[in-house]
Amino acid sequence: MKKFLMATAAAALTAGAASAADDTVKIGILLGFTGPLESLAPAMAGGAEVAIAEVSDSGKLLGGMTVEPVRADATCIDAGAATAAGERLVTSDGVAAIMGAMCSGATGAVLSNVALPNGIVMISPSATSPALSSAEDNGLFFRTAPSDARQGTIMTEVIMERGIQSVALTYTNNDYGKGLADSFQQAFEAAGGEVTLSTPHEDGKADYSAEVGALAAAGGDALVVAGYVDQGGSGVVQAALDTGAFDTFVFPDGMVGDALIENFGDAIDGSFGQNPGSDSEGAKIYEDMAEAAGVEGGSVYSKEAYDAAALILMAMQAAGSTDANEFKSRIMDVANAPGEKILPGELGKALDILAEGGEVDYVGATDVELIGPGEAAGVFREIEIENGEIVTVRYR
Amino acid sequence: MDLLNAFVALSNFVLVPAIAYGSQLALGALGVTLIYGILRFSNFAHGDTMAFGTMVTILFTWLFQSWGLSLGPLPTALLALPFGILGCVALVLLTDRAVYRFYREQRAKPVILVIVSIGVMFIMNGLVRFIIGPGDQRFADGERFIISARDFKEMTGLREGLAIKTTQGLTVVTAVIVVALLFWFLNRTRTGKSMRAYSDNEDLALLSGINPDRVVMVTWLIVAALATVAGVLYGLDKSFKPFTYFQLLLPVFASAIVGGLGNPLGAIAGGFIIAFSEVMITYAWKKVLGYTLPESLEPEGLVQLLSTDYKFAVSFVILLIVLLFRPTGLFRGKAV
Repeated sequence: MKKFLMATAAAALTAGAASAADDTVKIGILLGFTGPLESLAPAMAGGAEVAIAEVSDSGKLLGGMTVEPVRADATCIDAGAATAAGERLVTSDGVAAIMGAMCSGATGAVLSNVALPNGIVMISPSATSPALSSAEDNGLFFRTAPSDARQGTIMTEVIMERGIQSVALTYTNNDYGKGLADSFQQAFEAAGGEVTLSTPHEDGKADYSAEVGALAAAGGDALVVAGYVDQGGSGVVQAALDTGAFDTFVFPDGMVGDALIENFGDAIDGSFGQNPGSDSEGAKIYEDMAEAAGVEGGSVYSKEAYDAAALILMAMQAAGSTDANEFKSRIMDVANAPGEKILPGELGKALDILAEGGEVDYVGATDVELIGPGEAAGVFREIEIENGEIVTVRYR
Repeated sequence: MDLLNAFVALSNFVLVPAIAYGSQLALGALGVTLIYGILRFSNFAHGDTMAFGTMVTILFTWLFQSWGLSLGPLPTALLALPFGILGCVALVLLTDRAVYRFYREQRAKPVILVIVSIGVMFIMNGLVRFIIGPGDQRFADGERFIISARDFKEMTGLREGLAIKTTQGLTVVTAVIVVALLFWFLNRTRTGKSMRAYSDNEDLALLSGINPDRVVMVTWLIVAALATVAGVLYGLDKSFKPFTYFQLLLPVFASAIVGGLGNPLGAIAGGFIIAFSEVMITYAWKKVLGYTLPESLEPEGLVQLLSTDYKFAVSFVILLIVLLFRPTGLFRGKAV
């Protein structure tokens, strides 16, 4: 909060001076700093700021422009608050593009209410709802996180390979949870598995024993919890452990976090899951860079945030403009082949190549490859809980 | 064997949780009903009074934990409970002095006091969030289970497990002790009798020399203690979050009204009626019926009357039915 206040204060102070100078471009960082994913937001904002600082310090963007991040709180669950925060970034701070938002519901709201009417490019590092693939975006919206349609397929493979054919499924009652649950159920049933019950849970309740009672009555060899680790997801797991209804859990991306281990430790040994992540060379380079900048680079979606910010800035360089309508069409160009491969820490080099009219193929921290309507193809990290630790099984 | 399995499954998901939840509601409803009976208004700030008492208890629990104090298998919060009650007593006496006394001296109508209590509710609400924050707080420690589902299965060889949490056992034992103490106090002591007299007929009580200030003070003392105990038990069993305590207001009031406002026995019965209906109507009966019915009749669906999202709606509907057909409640309390 303190940081946020200082950032806002700093932004307010510099607003007058900066708008006068043409050599500063602002990038909005719109994430859920409060709300159900608040524990992930700082590392994501930090990731984006590492990329922004790298470009700004290189002095090579559009002939030496400086880049300035502006943080805003999208709250994750309150679409109204997210829209207001996005509106503030565009109208009052005058950002050229938005790195965000974080959750699918907030992202959809900001996209249709702020980005579209104002013509602002948005790259979300973490909104994964399949519905966003077909949302009307005028070519302004991209994401460096894969759609949950893809995660549904991966999760099916992970579960099937362990010989589990029948699962119960509970999801947090919002765009993210519903989207992931639907795509998973579709993929799992297509692969011959059985979903005994798919039921939503509301976040922010004290007691989930009733929900778990229904899930237990339906039965299944494992419980898939498509929720948030800081919210109802942990409550459901706790109630399931308490009543002995399930011993094995499957955790998609919203549940894979340090809080999971803090809450349950080795009580969930043998449970498994997956979250977007890769073991590429870029990931290691990024984690070292992040550590040097005091950011927790290994945290979920921190790498995607770095890549999102980097893509925005490289596309600006490629188009030779900070106007969204000019550079929106260049994002796919810089993200995909052909061109020189660019790893984290090489943004300065990429800017040089682009300035000379060359082409780059941004690899970044997450092996960025944008497909279809501008979303990441996605590399997933399969994890398992062993002796109260999250262990990486492999990447797929 | 199947019948036994059915009974164990039923106990695990319905009986044990509902008894614990019912005890917590009953303690909360007792506080509401005492205020209604003696001070003659519906105290909407009760949920947040519970939250405040629990918060003070949590802060002391953390202090004791940092000193390394513990009660072994029992949660440290029990040790901190008396301090929580003291903190809560201080708050309600302060509120009474600063707010309610003014309206009492004016002989304000009950409906005005209700509105006043809503104001107090918002202030307490903000106070709790300001001090401890709006998030979830876990403060349960010690042994988690009296018997865990896995141990039970191994011991009995049944297919279904039965888990009884320490906090659930503790809730029931504490509730019984507190209720026994309360009834002894109301029926056997001089102060208790003067409180009941004041409740039955205020003017007559004053004429016979009962000190009203003393009655009011003792009522607040008891209410603060009940609210804190109810809040701490609920927080230990589930989790502490200011917003869920605010939401507890509905089932707590429903319990008090269903039993009959102003009638302590009714508050207890009401608590259990609400708790059992909430849990049983939203429970999926498939497993239990699967064990008890012959195979040909085994249900395909979940046999769930209402989705769990409608939990609060259940207490609301019961409240409506009682108000429509028996406004004085089941135990002949006062009409609302």
